[in-house]
Amino acid sequence: MSQFSSAALPQIGSFVLLLALALGAYSFLVGAFALFIGGKEGEYLGETARRAGIATFAAVFLAAVALVTAAFTDDFSIAYIFHHSNRDLPGPYKFAVLWSGQEGSLLFWSLLLATYGFVLRLRYKTDPRLFAYASVVIAAVQVFFLMLLNFAAHPFAILQGQLPPDGSGLNPLLQYPEMVIHPPMLYLGYVGFTVPFAFALGALIMRYPGEKWIHITRRWTMVTWGFLTIGIFLGAHWAYAVLGWGGYWGWDPVENASLMPWLTGTAFLHSVMMQEKRGMLKTWNMWLVFFTFWLAILGTFLTRSGIISSVHAFAQSSIGAWFFWFLIVSAATFVFFYVQNHSHLRSEHKLESMISRESSFLFNNLLFVIACFTVLWGTWFPKISELVQGNKVTVGAPFYNNVAVPVALLLLLLTAVGPLLAWRRTSFESLRRNFMWPALGGLAVGVLMMILGVRPWKDIAYFYSLMAAMLATLVMLTVISEFVRGGRVISRHTGFSLFGSMLHLWHRNTRRYGGYIVHFGVAVVIIGILGTPFNREAEKEMGFGDKLNIGPYTLVCQSYTQDDNANYSNEWAIMNVFKGDQQITTLYPERRLYKASSQPQTIPRIYPTYAQDFFLVSDLYVVYEGRNDETGRPIIKAHLNPMVPWIWTGLIVMIFGTITCLIPNTAPLRATVPARIQTAPAVGAGD
Amino acid sequence: MRLSTRPKLKRLAQLGLLVFAVFNLLGVGDDDARFKDLGHHLMCVCGCNQILLECNHVGCQYSDRMRNELSAALDRGDNDDLTLQSFIQKYGTTVVAAPSTTGFGRVAWIMPFAALLAGMGTLVWVVRSWRMRPAPALADGIRPVKGPELERFREQADKETDL
Repeated sequence: MSQFSSAALPQIGSFVLLLALALGAYSFLVGAFALFIGGKEGEYLGETARRAGIATFAAVFLAAVALVTAAFTDDFSIAYIFHHSNRDLPGPYKFAVLWSGQEGSLLFWSLLLATYGFVLRLRYKTDPRLFAYASVVIAAVQVFFLMLLNFAAHPFAILQGQLPPDGSGLNPLLQYPEMVIHPPMLYLGYVGFTVPFAFALGALIMRYPGEKWIHITRRWTMVTWGFLTIGIFLGAHWAYAVLGWGGYWGWDPVENASLMPWLTGTAFLHSVMMQEKRGMLKTWNMWLVFFTFWLAILGTFLTRSGIISSVHAFAQSSIGAWFFWFLIVSAATFVFFYVQNHSHLRSEHKLESMISRESSFLFNNLLFVIACFTVLWGTWFPKISELVQGNKVTVGAPFYNNVAVPVALLLLLLTAVGPLLAWRRTSFESLRRNFMWPALGGLAVGVLMMILGVRPWKDIAYFYSLMAAMLATLVMLTVISEFVRGGRVISRHTGFSLFGSMLHLWHRNTRRYGGYIVHFGVAVVIIGILGTPFNREAEKEMGFGDKLNIGPYTLVCQSYTQDDNANYSNEWAIMNVFKGDQQITTLYPERRLYKASSQPQTIPRIYPTYAQDFFLVSDLYVVYEGRNDETGRPIIKAHLNPMVPWIWTGLIVMIFGTITCLIPNTAPLRATVPARIQTAPAVGAGD
Repeated sequence: MRLSTRPKLKRLAQLGLLVFAVFNLLGVGDDDARFKDLGHHLMCVCGCNQILLECNHVGCQYSDRMRNELSAALDRGDNDDLTLQSFIQKYGTTVVAAPSTTGFGRVAWIMPFAALLAGMGTLVWVVRSWRMRPAPALADGIRPVKGPELERFREQADKETDL
């Protein structure tokens, strides 16, 4: 098997990649020509292009299978496998080799795009002409990635010289269970935004009337956004659980690259509702979906060109130029068709009031775009500074904390207020009535925090923290009050219990109420983040029985030892954790040295203190920093990070909300009890 | 109603402004807090791209030394500017975790807020132009509804679609 693999896999892989390029090029060129000529001939040709697109998926899939097979069969004749795998690498990580390096991850990107294209082309009967345009756009993007794979970053390149007995191994930082799912999620998000972009560009080119393209892409966009959200949070959790510095977000350029399309994508998810409901913001949505796609590609350009330094980035390579030109060509193409066809994007309605759902969406979009611009600006400023004044500067966390946090707080305020506003216009009285109790709740939390010792005047970070807590509470109470008020109305009309009515309410408009659940999740995430200024840390060299105090907890070193296996050697400490006199857990912070790559890695141990603090839960985060060579004793660093577990809980709520948005609505129930005639409380209509 | 609420709102706004100013002007200056603050405004220069006080690399050649230098500067009584300048002179401009608020560095800080202001301005302009735009022409046979009749229809729509 091994001999067969060594001989055949690189050839099979190279052949199917070339075949995929040929099929992709056919799908693009012939598909475009078919749309151009139209008529019966165009239809026939278009059908062959559609089938070629489907076949492209098969070819790319085979190439990916060949590369994974090469990893599992330790085929080190392939340079990529030699550089990213080794014989003793555990099975799941061998699978993850596919996206662990430059060439493999580009193949993986291409595979995901081909899969999206495959699904799209199978569902073409929904609207054959619009789907044909979208298929051509996707094929064009696919051709770019396949050209990269065939001519610039070949995953099946043969290793020169003598066949090595073993590979260099996978980067130790990537040998973590989450790394098996984090990149696929992130890539599903990045690549997925190609689909709404393809439909948008298709609709623009064919001057598509109405909002049908938005209805078609709504689920695609939601799913894509969900994947990107999961990918970003998994990345943050990976940084937290693996890098060992006690934080989860470092404003690194690569992290920023994933955040930018998420911000514009979120803006798009909101603004499409204005187009669907009111026929407004057509031009804006077109640009927004283009920028989301473009920023996803820009992020890839950032990570792969070496133009901006980052600890996460792939090795510097020549493919940066390819991405640069692709960015230029895609922008030029979009601008060309926009200039040609923008006249059919006129709004059908006008804004009637500043206090309306429409205006809240406008401000929401503005803030998302400004947040995106801030991140983009901060990411590029070192380069700009170098060009202007000849020396690089660092743009790190202090910059973003001071500039992005105020924008985020404004967004949080809008998240609370927006759902209370009705379409077209809302009266002050209605706003006051719906807003009063949530606002009082938010104020109460602020006062409570100050009573508990938060002094916002001591540090601007405390001030932000206090504001974030108040606004997050406001958001949560707003969401709850929306469910309760709507539930009460249904209960009155149907005689159902309040909970049953709220469930029915959600099921009648899953998108709206699922969206509220996502807002609730965002507020929970914010509560998790606002604990950051109150983080504590302590460090000590520890012998048997030595104690390290951090907050109300005491770590006692019970023992320390070392071990060895085929993949790595390791040393770790056994730390008993006490609160007062009571032992609450034992932690095993560890440090590994991976043999194949000779790279060390710390494995922090994290204990969330739910049992001790519940709502005010903290993470007790213990790191084995190393060993004092003279005494042989371990150096232990402990962090106490308040509220961090809420971040991951918030993510789960957000995912749940996103999934519920995708569930189809049920028909409204008929009233079973006569309703009393009275003025119902205003509940914002629509989404 | 309006006459009675406006002075109240004005007083509330003034109070809010005062509280905000107090929050920003008051501060503590003890060495521990300054060490933490300055340590979070400096980068470790070992190439890890981490804030100085967050660098956790085992055997890092720089972070311990830099932390000691920071402590020494504070013990000497150097002010924040002098301390940062000494680090810049020794390690280069990239040692500071954020652009300076002078010279070209100021542009980094101004641009996001300038963009926000420009965005707000544009938004207000767009909204105003939208509101002034004439209503779309109606198809033949449809009578435009205005005034109390429109209000009555709106109320009816609100009642019927309140969920």
